Parts: sequence; C-alpha cells; structure tokens
Amino acid sequence: MTLPLLLLLILVAMALAYQLVRKQAIKNVGGVSGIKQLHSLPAYYGYYAALWVGIPALLILLVWFGLHDRIITALMIEQMPASLTAEQSSGQVSLIINDIKNLATGNITSGRITEDIQATADHYARLRDIAQMTLWGLIMAATLAGMSLAWRRAKPEFRARNRVENTVLVVMVVFSSIAIITTLGIVLSVLFESILFFQEIPWTQFFFGTEWSPQIALRSDQVGASGAFGTIPLFTGTLLISAIAMLVAVPIGLLSAIYLSEYAAPAVRGIAKPVLEVLAGIPTVVYGFFAALTVAPYIRELGDSLGLHVASESALAAGLVMGIMIIPFVSSLSDDVINAVPQSMRDGSHALGATQSETIRRVIFPAALPGIVGGILLAVSRAIGETMIVVMAAGMAANLTANPLDSVTTVTVQIVTLLTGDQEFDSAKTLAAFALGLTLFVVTLILNIIALHIVRKYREQYE
Amino acid sequence: MSHNRPMTMPSAVSKTLLEHADTNPGSPAVNFQAEAPPTDAPPIDAPRERPMTTIAATAVQPDVIPRADTKTATDSSRAFSSTLGDISCLNPRMQCRDVDVWYADKQAIKNISLDIGRNEVVSMIGPSGCGKSTFLRCLNRMNDSIPSARVSGSIKIDGQEILDKHVDVVPLRARVGMVFQKPNPFPKSIYENIAYGPRIHGLTNHRTELDELVETSLRKAGLWEEVKDRLDQPGTGLSGGQQQRLCIARTIAVSPEVILMDEPCSALDPIATAKVEELIDELRTNYSIAIVTHSMQQAARVSQRTAYFHLGDLIEVGTTEQIFNQPQHRLTEDYITGRFG
Ligand SMILES: Nc1ncnc2c1ncn2[C@@H]1O[C@H](COP(=O)(O)OP(=O)(O)O)[C@@H](O)[C@H]1O
Ligand SMILES: [Mg+2]
Repeated sequence: MTLPLLLLLILVAMALAYQLVRKQAIKNVGGVSGIKQLHSLPAYYGYYAALWVGIPALLILLVWFGLHDRIITALMIEQMPASLTAEQSSGQVSLIINDIKNLATGNITSGRITEDIQATADHYARLRDIAQMTLWGLIMAATLAGMSLAWRRAKPEFRARNRVENTVLVVMVVFSSIAIITTLGIVLSVLFESILFFQEIPWTQFFFGTEWSPQIALRSDQVGASGAFGTIPLFTGTLLISAIAMLVAVPIGLLSAIYLSEYAAPAVRGIAKPVLEVLAGIPTVVYGFFAALTVAPYIRELGDSLGLHVASESALAAGLVMGIMIIPFVSSLSDDVINAVPQSMRDGSHALGATQSETIRRVIFPAALPGIVGGILLAVSRAIGETMIVVMAAGMAANLTANPLDSVTTVTVQIVTLLTGDQEFDSAKTLAAFALGLTLFVVTLILNIIALHIVRKYREQYE
Repeated sequence: MSHNRPMTMPSAVSKTLLEHADTNPGSPAVNFQAEAPPTDAPPIDAPRERPMTTIAATAVQPDVIPRADTKTATDSSRAFSSTLGDISCLNPRMQCRDVDVWYADKQAIKNISLDIGRNEVVSMIGPSGCGKSTFLRCLNRMNDSIPSARVSGSIKIDGQEILDKHVDVVPLRARVGMVFQKPNPFPKSIYENIAYGPRIHGLTNHRTELDELVETSLRKAGLWEEVKDRLDQPGTGLSGGQQQRLCIARTIAVSPEVILMDEPCSALDPIATAKVEELIDELRTNYSIAIVTHSMQQAARVSQRTAYFHLGDLIEVGTTEQIFNQPQHRLTEDYITGRFG
C-alpha cells in the first residue's frame, strides 16, 4: 500500500516542480517577452526541477527497499531476549524470527506464542512504523530539497538544457548497463558452478570422454555411484540433429526468400510472407508432439518397408521437424537482405541482357551472401539451443552415432534431464548441467562472432 | 520577331558551330545551306553518316518556316504528332513511332516519334518528370520490369520491331545497352564487372579472349591505364567518375549498337563529367548514343541532335545547333533560355 502511494507522491511532486520552476524561470526574466534571455527553453528548467525531485527520491526508495528489512531485523534481534535463541540451531532461530514477523504483521504463526515472542513482535512492529515514517520524511525532504535547488537555479544564465540532456544520457547508460550486468551475472554464476564441476570431474573426461551416463547414486552406499561424464555423444547428437535441420531449412528457406523477394507478385508476397512467419510463432512443444506422434512413426514405417531398422525416436524425425521450425528464420532474414540489395544492381544486370535467374545467381545472391550467412548462423544457434522437439522426438539415449535413424540426445536435452526431479546442488550430476550450459554458451558465442565477422568483412568489400 | 535574340548559348556550342567553317548563326537560311559535310572528316573507311543525317534534316527544314506561325501553335500538318522539326534521319539505327507509355492510368509520354541515327549522339532535354527517362527505357524495354507500365506504338532497331511481346529482351539488351544516372558497378572486382556481360552472352571461349575483351572495353572507356594494376579489386572502390566509366565499359563489353545514357554525369564532379563527355564523343564513331541530360551545356557539347520534351510530349527535334540557336517552339526557347525548367 505504501509503495504506490509513495510513487504517486513522487510523480505529483515532479509535475508540480516542473510547473513551478518553469514559471519561475519565465518570471526571472520578466515574463514571456524575456524568454530569449534564458539560456534554455523554459521547459528545460521545468524538466531539470522534475529530475532533481524525482531521481533522488526514487534512489532513496530503492535503497530503502533493499535494506530496510535487514536493518530492522538486525535491530530486532539485538533486542531479542537471549532465552529465545539459546541452544537453538540457526535454522530454528530463523524459524522463530519468521514467527515474530508473522505475528507482527498479523499472519499465521507456526509455533506457540510466548510472552517473549509477543514482546519482540511488538518491538518489531514499532521498528517498522518508525522505518515507515522515516521513509516518508526522507522522501518529502528530498523532493523539497530538489525543488528548492532547481528553483534557485532557474536563472537566465543557467544551462538547464545541457544538464537535462546529460542526465538523460546517464539514465540511458544505467538502463543499458542493467542488461549487460545481468548477462554478465548469468555467465559468471554458470562459470563458478562449472568450476566446481571441473574440480570433481577432470575436464579431459568431460570434453573427450565418449560415454555419458550421469547417474549418481541417491545413497552413498549404492553401487555404480560414480557416473560417466563424456560429452562427445551429446555434441555429436546435437551436431547430427542440427545438420539435418539445416539441410531442411536452408534450401527451403533460401529458395522461398528468393521467390518471395524476386518473383512473387506483391499480392502473393503479402499473403505468403506472414503465413511463412507464422511457423516461427508455433510453440516448440507443438512441433515436439508433431515430431513424436506424426513424423517419427511415419519415418519408422517407411524405414521398415525399406528393410531398415529405425529407432522409434530417431534423430531424423527430430531434425526434420526442427528444420521446418527454423525455415522462417532463414527465409525472413534472407528476404530482408535480398531486399536490401539496391534496385540499381538489378537494373544494371538486366540492362546487360541478364535474365532474372542470372541476375539472382550472379549479382543479387553474392551481394546478399554475407547477410544470408549471418541469418543461417543465427538459425544454427537456434537449432543448437532447441530443446523441446528433441526431448519429445529424439530420445534420451546418448548414442555415439552418425546414423540419423538411431536415437540420439543433445546437450540441451541432457541439461533438462539433469535438472529435473529432486536435486542435490553439490553433486557432480547437477553441476554437469552448468558445465554443459557453459560449453553451449561458448559454442553459440563463437558462432555469433564468426557470423558478425563474415558480415563485416563482406560489407567493407561491397560498399 | 528577331532571330538574333541574345544567346544563352554556352561557349562549347559556339565552338561546335565554328567547326563548320561557314556557319553563320545570325542567318538561319544561310545556316541551313551551310550544313555541308563538316571539316573534321572521319577516316575514309568510316561511313559518312552524320552529314547525311544533317542533310536530311535540312531538306525538311523549309516546312517549318515561316516561324511566326510555328512559334506559337503546334503544327497540325506535321506527319508525326505535334513535334516540330524533323524527327527522322536518313540512316536510322532505331525508329520510334507513336510511342505511348502509361503508368497505371497516368500517361507518361504521348505519341513520341523519334529516330536515332547511326554514329550520332541524340540528347534529350526537358524539365523533370517530362518523360525523358521513360522514353529512354522504352528503347531497351527496361519498362518491362515495372508492373504498372504499358507501352504502345512501334520501336524498330534496324527495321526489326522490339515492342512485340514475343521479342526476347536478352539479345535486345545486348544490342541496346544502358548507363544509369548513379554509377551502379556490381559488388565484384573490376574485371568481373566487365566480364559479366560477355559471360552471360557467351561471347568468349577462352580466358585469354575474355582477358582481351576486358582490356579493350576498358581501353575504349578510357579507364585501362587507371585500373590495369588492380583489376581484381572491387569496382565499388573506384571514384564516382571511374565507376561511371566502368559502367560504360561494362556496357561496351557486350558490343551493343546503341548506348542509352540517363543523366550519366549528374552524380559526378566537373572533372569526371568532362572525362565522360570526352568519352561519349569518342564512342560516337562506333555506337549510336541516346543521352538524357539536365545540363544544356552538356547537350550542346556532346550531341549532334537534340530533342526537347515537355510534359510527356516531344515538342521539338533538330540539330543541336538549331535547337540552341533557333528554337522554333516557344516552350523550347523558354527552356533553353532558362526561363523555366
Ligand atoms: N515507375 C513509375 N511508376 C509510376 N509513375 C512513374 C514511374 N516512373 C516515372 N513515372 C512518372 O512518369 C513521368 C515521367 O517520369 P520520367 O520519365 O522519370 O521523367 P524524367 O526522366 O524526364 O524526369 C513522371 O510524372 C513520373 O512521376
Ligand atoms: Mg529521369
């Protein structure tokens, strides 16, 4: 309840500051006729005031929400009667603290309420009230201080516009850093867990081992408790399925892009392009059961009638369906880059007597190639990272095989299986998921870097 | 009405006129008689076509006099639409008759009839949007690629109709090449830019033949000395003027008979422009050239005949000297004296 109210207060204060300081700036130069004397437009003085009112108040709010609970709890624990915490384990202490908090806020408590607990809860509630008041006071003070600062600065020579622009810049930098810092945080946490994993399992086994069976015993006295963490079967499986998917997606996607951008009448293009892009909007789980229930049995029957042995969950089925899923990535990106080739290239080629297909093969395709390669590499990243279809259609068996009719498994599928069910967070089995994730991340990163490099290299050459 | 009105004629025109020893711009009658074979006679083996063209023009010219009438109104007695001057020439490479072009429901050019002679440069001038490019694009059927465009009438090259649906544009475009306003080299090496056309048309059998063809094309375009050491570098890395000459060389490489140029110098600086103009003048000995230009000085410098377009009509055609010295239509006069356009 307090948070929305506080936010509303801050907003109102900002609007007020804007109006007041803007008016004051005009007044300082003797009314509207003197606006020319102001360094910046009056509105900038208003914005400046609004920023000074809003930003410190919001910062205070942020810090308060980050810290107040911890501080109050610490103060409360200090005051807690020693009898409450004596001879208790840390888990039990935190249980008691929770009870106290619940009591203070009127929630259900788990244990019996003693005198001591009731007293501490009262103390806690008091502390909370004080904190609440402090917050309101602080925010009021901050808004007033900001307003008066801006008010005093609303002089003609004050460079309000530059200050506002700089502040906006800083705000943008902060927000874009959030994205970067988050990514960095994820990478680092995966990295640390992976380091833990490699302390238990040698990296040579992980990268060069050909056997994958991450079964770790639930009880330490169980037999076969060690498990094998050779990832080569996973990576070959990923490679096999991605290769099949690309064999489907690249020709179909590329040719449909060429048709749509070079041959299709505008009406056909207007319908076909969105329809093709709908493929990208189908949830992968739908593709998954399409692969498992329709394509896989069909392939098996077909294989049987040809006298081939096909596993009921084959790499082929998963790859084919994944390829279909990826078609719009290839076609849409290729279509964009083909359209970006200037019309003057087509004119120049046609004027030399080249036919449509010669123009496409010899001029447009080479000019668009960097972009197309970029699109394909992106699609490869997508194929490598795809999980659902493979879980449902390709199976879990970590076979080291290049036979598309066999059942294989992929890196992502194994990450899923490692992390589903009851977990012990310090076992090699769980940590292996992080190591796999890190490896996958590095592979995808390298692919993207190569894609960027290719695109940049050709762009230099072609412009 | 005096014919000796002040001339806004650029010096290049005067120079062209002076090449004909007894030209007297002040007296039209004498001027026409004086269109004798120019003194800069080509070598004996070259056919003397240009003088003949001019004579043909002279023969029809008396029709147009007296001027007092034709200045104001369109002359309904003329054979081809409302165009003043002689649209035909004695030894035409291309003959266009009653060409209309519509873009959807909007007529862009109306009843255009014009000949393009052998070994001459015909320039097309006129205000923006008057249909010069549209007409030029008819000559190699580049309008085919615009879905809304419809073309009617007759265009013949060496007596062969080209507007017919059954005519294959591939050989036609090999015969009628085109250079565009903005240089548009392909994103390939200089060598590949030139070799592109010959490869498509299967003009050479061996690599050595192709090498030779690339060299001669670049030489004809006056670019060989500048690029011979970097044939494998991208054509897009050349300067604007070099790129445009590369595009001309690319067109020459398929040995066309006619070269169409749509404002080929409008994206170039004056020095590059001068080089391209010089090149156009040289190319005239081997090709017929139709050039659209916004610069009247350029038309005067490079062309032998000039056609003035206005709002989709071909207003007046004549020798370049005549158009710039004695325009017969008020619109032409207004345009070349800079009153609009
Ligand atoms: N692709 C097109 N679609 C529709 N109208 C066009 C197209 N190209 C040109 N036009 C129209 O035709 C007229 C003649 O254009 P254009 O031949 O380009 O003139 P110019 O080259 O003399 O400036 C203009 O009114 C122009 O708007
Ligand atoms: Mg034009």
